[in-house]
Amino acid sequence: MTTTTVAQAAPVLTATGVTMRFGGLTAVRSVDLDVHPGEIVGLIGPNGAGKTTFFNCLTGLYVPTEGRVAYRGTVLPPKPHLVTQAGIARTFQNIRLFANMTVLENVLVGRHTRTKEGLWSALLRGPGFKRAEAASKARAMELLEFTGLAAKADHLSRNLPYGEQRKLEIARALASDPGLLLLDEPTAGMNPQETRATEELVFAIRDTGTAVLVIEHDMRFIFNLCDRVAVLVQGEKLVEGSSDVVQSDERVIAAYLGTPFEGEPGAEEAAAVEAAEARTEEDGQ
Amino acid sequence: MTTHISKAPGAGTPAPRTTLLRAITAAGGLATVASTFLAWTWTSDFPGDLTVYGYPGGLQVLTLALGLATLLFAVAALDVRGLRWLTPAGSTAALRLLALGAFATTWFTLLAIAVDQGGLVNLEPGGWVAAVATAVPVATAFLLTDDTRPVCRPRQLPSWADILIIAAVFALGLYVVNYGIQTDEDNPEPFIGYLIALCFAAAAFLKAGLITRLSGLTSTYRSLTLVAALVTALVFPFTQDKASYTELGVNIAIFATVALGLNIVVGLAGLLDLGYVAFLGVGAYTAALVSGTAASTIHVTFPFWAAMLAGALASLVFGVLIGAPTLRLRGDYLAIVTLGFGEIFRIAVSNLDGTSGPSVTNGPNGVPNIPPLEIFGFNFDDEHSFAGFTLDSNSNYYLLMLLVTVIVVLIFSRAGNSRIGRAWVAIREDETAATAMGINGFRVKLIAFALGATLAGVAGTIWAHVQTTVVPEQYVFAGPVPPNSTFLLAAVILGGMGTIGGPLLGAALLFLIPEKLEFLQDYQLLAFGIALILLMRFRPEGIIPNRRQQLEYHETGQLDVPDQAALSGSAVGVTKAEA
Ligand SMILES: Nc1ncnc2c1ncn2[C@@H]1O[C@H](COP(=O)(O)OP(=O)(O)OP(=O)(O)O)[C@@H](O)[C@H]1O
Ligand SMILES: [Mg+2]
Repeated sequence: MTTTTVAQAAPVLTATGVTMRFGGLTAVRSVDLDVHPGEIVGLIGPNGAGKTTFFNCLTGLYVPTEGRVAYRGTVLPPKPHLVTQAGIARTFQNIRLFANMTVLENVLVGRHTRTKEGLWSALLRGPGFKRAEAASKARAMELLEFTGLAAKADHLSRNLPYGEQRKLEIARALASDPGLLLLDEPTAGMNPQETRATEELVFAIRDTGTAVLVIEHDMRFIFNLCDRVAVLVQGEKLVEGSSDVVQSDERVIAAYLGTPFEGEPGAEEAAAVEAAEARTEEDGQ
Repeated sequence: MTTHISKAPGAGTPAPRTTLLRAITAAGGLATVASTFLAWTWTSDFPGDLTVYGYPGGLQVLTLALGLATLLFAVAALDVRGLRWLTPAGSTAALRLLALGAFATTWFTLLAIAVDQGGLVNLEPGGWVAAVATAVPVATAFLLTDDTRPVCRPRQLPSWADILIIAAVFALGLYVVNYGIQTDEDNPEPFIGYLIALCFAAAAFLKAGLITRLSGLTSTYRSLTLVAALVTALVFPFTQDKASYTELGVNIAIFATVALGLNIVVGLAGLLDLGYVAFLGVGAYTAALVSGTAASTIHVTFPFWAAMLAGALASLVFGVLIGAPTLRLRGDYLAIVTLGFGEIFRIAVSNLDGTSGPSVTNGPNGVPNIPPLEIFGFNFDDEHSFAGFTLDSNSNYYLLMLLVTVIVVLIFSRAGNSRIGRAWVAIREDETAATAMGINGFRVKLIAFALGATLAGVAGTIWAHVQTTVVPEQYVFAGPVPPNSTFLLAAVILGGMGTIGGPLLGAALLFLIPEKLEFLQDYQLLAFGIALILLMRFRPEGIIPNRRQQLEYHETGQLDVPDQAALSGSAVGVTKAEA
């Protein structure tokens, strides 16, 4: 296992031995992962590797079969709203906005844990309520400016184009002032320009002091962005390290392209073909 | 099948053919108007007096109104100055609907005369004139090409004009409501005609873009609109001259308020509560038991404010008791459990009679002889005179109920437009995402459930006094007479979930229709079912769509799915009518 070289501040997230079984299927197997303040950590792996399931374990949507998740040293209860309350916010791989609410309302819902006006104060509408509402709105608008959605504050979120829906998910998650943001495939379905913009956005989020853990299949995006990358294959963490280390690790390449069986009968033939190809290349030059 | 004009008329200058068709439509409208001044039948046995030459009577008034509207809209379509404001979203669709409405109302009347009185011989020549006169605009309106366009920005009017328009609309609304309430109770024909006319006219105004304009206006003058609505509701009992009309009024006010309470649970928080009427029952029984009636098993007499509080508290406790174990579950469990609870309430109440169980509620006999309310010496059973107007018992209760309605409306709008209301909507939209945003789903749902229960309990305490008797059989899941859970839920869905006006309108319609159409009593549930199926097909968002669905009217011109559904629905209607 690769360890980070520099000594760092206490991690925001400490996941130890997280295991998630669905009946006979072990989707996540004993995964350890730390995220430190100010870090952008990538989580990659082939389809079905268990990345989203791992996120769900971190955020309390699933109760891990085994293992422990701690945020800034305190173990998190497996209840999504308490996890968000503690300071971990997330986005969803398959966009889960509140479709019939406006863009602004979506972000205001994200403010839920950071405000506390209850039913009575809503009914009585005292000055405290008005102040809190105004503050929430101001903060929400600020986040919409930050993500570039301010002009569309009054639109229904379902009417936004795909790329902007993903941005809105990020804005909504940021509304809870998280210490750690979990992004599940934030650029899926985006064109290259939008992906670049999202890259900038993630850097900007990191610069505001929020650590980021991001799942993504776009390798260029991951390797541009991340200080550290962990690779999950069939539920197990295969490698963890800097972009260079992960990029050149043969096991990772094999995991993405598929490994030949050990002692597979075709192995020799494959070697022969490779040798032949190498020779033709040499001949060509 | 009619042939459609293939060449589109040039912008600005309509083709001569279009102008001609519009002119004929206008002429047809005029002829329709004229025909209502003739006698349609010789016999005065038919409800309403249709035998007079010189002025319209009975159902002729409806034909007159629709004929006049057809005439006005056709003239507006001819681009006559001063009338163009009538058709901001195009005139053809509205003309078709108005012409069809006049046609349907008139032909319904004529056929009803023929059927009731035994043969077409009962029609006077005036009736035949009306039959032809209303058919002409239908034919020409369907030959016109569709000119539907997005509603343009309205011209800026001085604010006094806007205010006058709002006042006029509410006055007209009161007139239309009164017309419906005061139709003949013994004969169904006038009310059926009224419904036909109302449906077509409402659809026509919607298609013409007038409703969009109006909602733009009311949202600009929000508080003024609320005041106007309140004044209209306050004036209502003063415009009634029969106890049966004010009784309709107070019942509608009660059921509309209860439906609005249910709308918090169903419309905002998305919790399907199929036993809501039980909370009304808890409130009613509590008020009955502490009212001091001799039939009560606990011999206490609470002043009304205390009885109301007791009813609200009892419902709150029941709401929390039912909600706490079930709201942790998702999906259909809640519907099943609340359905069960509603039935358990009724059965338990009919068994708490001293023989099958402890003596609390007198069992199936219920608690009779609930004394009239008295607040500060104001006896609700007596007639009271204000400035020359006499208010009967029903009106007194109506005005008290109106106060509760206003409070519930305030609660609905304030709670809905706050952190907790947004959390309800978020839960309704996507519970998983909502909890991941930090919302404690259970807690928030329990608040909605308990709030809904409390409001029903409050309404129940007044209802007990209006009825003077509470019996278990009133609180069934589905039945021929309101209130029952199906009735309340249908009112919410029909009117429009998540809105304030929706449940009020839905409850009024659903209560009024069976009251006026007695022959429907046995088929009421069937009619409900058919109405709901039609609604889901043609207007799934309910009569009054949610604010969120009205964002379509924004400058950005974003599209909205339900409205597209509504459009395609009407297209189907048109093809059917043409075929
Ligand atoms: N609720 C569940 N019940 C049963 N099996 C599940 C459940 N959720 C996930 N799985 C299984 O766990 C495995 C990991 O799925 P997961 O969605 O975590 O993959 P992923 O790495 O996010 O893949 P992708 O890149 O396609 O999003 C899959 O085999 C999936 O079928
Ligand atoms: Mg995934």
